[in-house]
Amino acid sequence: MRATRGPRFGLGAEGARALLIAAGSTAVVFGVLAVVAVNSSGWPLFQEKFLNGPVFWEALPKVLGKFWINVQLFLIAEVLILVLGLLLAVLRSLPGPVFFPVRLLATLYVDLFRAVPGILVIFMLGFGIPALRIPGVPKDQFFWAVVSLTLLYSAYVSEVYRAGIESIHPSQTAAARSLGLSHAQTLRYVVVPQAVRRVVPPLLNDFIGLQKDTVLVSFLGVVEIFNEAGILESARFNFTPYLATALVFVVVTLPLARLTDVLLQREKNGRIASGGSRSAAAMQRVSQPLP
Amino acid sequence: MTGTGAALVVEDIWKSFGQLDVLCGIDLEVAEHEVIALIGASGSGKSTLLRCINLIEPVDAGRILIKGEEITAKGVNVDRIRRRIGIVFQSFNLFPHMRVMDNVTLGPRKVLGRSAADAETAAMVLLERFGLAEKARDYPDRLSGGQQQRVAIVRALAMQPDLLLLDEVTSALDPELVAEVLNVIRELAAGGMTMLIATHEMGFARDIASRVCFLDGGRILEQGSPRQMFGEPHEARTRQFLNRIIEAGRL
Ligand SMILES: Nc1ncnc2c1ncn2[C@@H]1O[C@H](COP(=O)(O)OP(=O)(O)O)[C@@H](O)[C@H]1O
Ligand SMILES: [Mg+2]
Repeated sequence: MRATRGPRFGLGAEGARALLIAAGSTAVVFGVLAVVAVNSSGWPLFQEKFLNGPVFWEALPKVLGKFWINVQLFLIAEVLILVLGLLLAVLRSLPGPVFFPVRLLATLYVDLFRAVPGILVIFMLGFGIPALRIPGVPKDQFFWAVVSLTLLYSAYVSEVYRAGIESIHPSQTAAARSLGLSHAQTLRYVVVPQAVRRVVPPLLNDFIGLQKDTVLVSFLGVVEIFNEAGILESARFNFTPYLATALVFVVVTLPLARLTDVLLQREKNGRIASGGSRSAAAMQRVSQPLP
Repeated sequence: MTGTGAALVVEDIWKSFGQLDVLCGIDLEVAEHEVIALIGASGSGKSTLLRCINLIEPVDAGRILIKGEEITAKGVNVDRIRRRIGIVFQSFNLFPHMRVMDNVTLGPRKVLGRSAADAETAAMVLLERFGLAEKARDYPDRLSGGQQQRVAIVRALAMQPDLLLLDEVTSALDPELVAEVLNVIRELAAGGMTMLIATHEMGFARDIASRVCFLDGGRILEQGSPRQMFGEPHEARTRQFLNRIIEAGRL
């Protein structure tokens, strides 16, 4: 049984017709929307304040320059989040009564940071802790921005990992333990490698959220893309710099979003196919429940 | 009980899942090089017995001894015991993210501390012996069910266990793939491997077993040589069970 990939892009006569209809109806809908918008009474003012060409071209290089700060924030936090999230998930999966306090603490951590609005955490850590003036504790806003995002997102990411770990059938654990592998070795060599493969698409979704939430740290006074746009906005009393900022985020997020879709689709195809390679579906096939 | 010399001694073990009593006082003594066939209806407790011997399931009461050492005693290192007992499951349970070679060498490398080179050399000898040498670099989902199950057997053998437990290892296979797996087990029996085999393949059990145990409702109701068990079983329930098997065309 091979996967018969649907003729999504292979155009038969049917396909060509469908494509024409899709293109036609799209053109009509967007055309109507555009005509309505352009002819509405507020259009000239909107165009002046939001779609201002000269302001846009002046703002774009400036906001792009500051976007580098967001990228750094994102990259540093992301690495920390992936590590901390996995650690939390593993701690929550430790068996037996001895580890109850560990499981409890990890669970409380996850519940707490998922419940509290991110901006509160960022304010408390970014303003609150430096205000304590404890010797040796950094006052750098960028530092606390990274810490806040890491705390917040590791809670979400640990849940994603945990779902992945729990999706690995117990028979895999039984097989590993029966060889004499310890619990830790079983996690490390058998469970986690399979779980991580399965959770890539939902992790990418969390990356997209993190990427956008880097603008929250602008409230700490870190001059990143959003703050820069705000500075430009108040100088011109024009919102076009925000539009430029929004565009930057759309451009970096879209590929991630499409990649997530592709990976999810591939997994779905894998579930149907049986000749495929090491897909998540293939993993499930070999780990049927024991009778 | 003579105990100490035997490869395996199971003494009055009990096991229940909630309200359900699954093993109700199992006694069994297995000498070295013996091949024991466990037969009995679905749900009679064959898998649970094997899983208890391998300490995957803890027993509620009773003792299990391997070569005189009590493995059910408090404070025993279960990982050290499990490496001496191989188990092969009905559903293969190969690690899908590892190549065949890595499936086989994982235990020797991580548990026995063998070097990768040593483990792979030893694994290759086993894979060749069971006709799997060309598959060493493949992932499990490239293999037929029969090949996967043979790899699972090789994976257990690579740990050089004192005792091998086989839990209906052919039940998940297409009929034409059953023989290749049974032949592997025959070869192991000829080589003197001590084995406990839960099976529905009665013809196979008759050929290969030194002793056949009939499980019924969590007890070993009757045991004896294959000739006696399949020829003139004493118990009515054993006869009933075998008659049903014969009707189903499996003997
Ligand atoms: N983990 C478990 N939890 C609850 N019930 C179980 C579990 N494992 C087995 N059982 C039950 O124990 C009984 C014996 O099962 P099993 O040992 O698998 O029998 P067999 O292998 O002879 O078919 C069955 O009724 C089964 O449903
Ligand atoms: Mg069973």
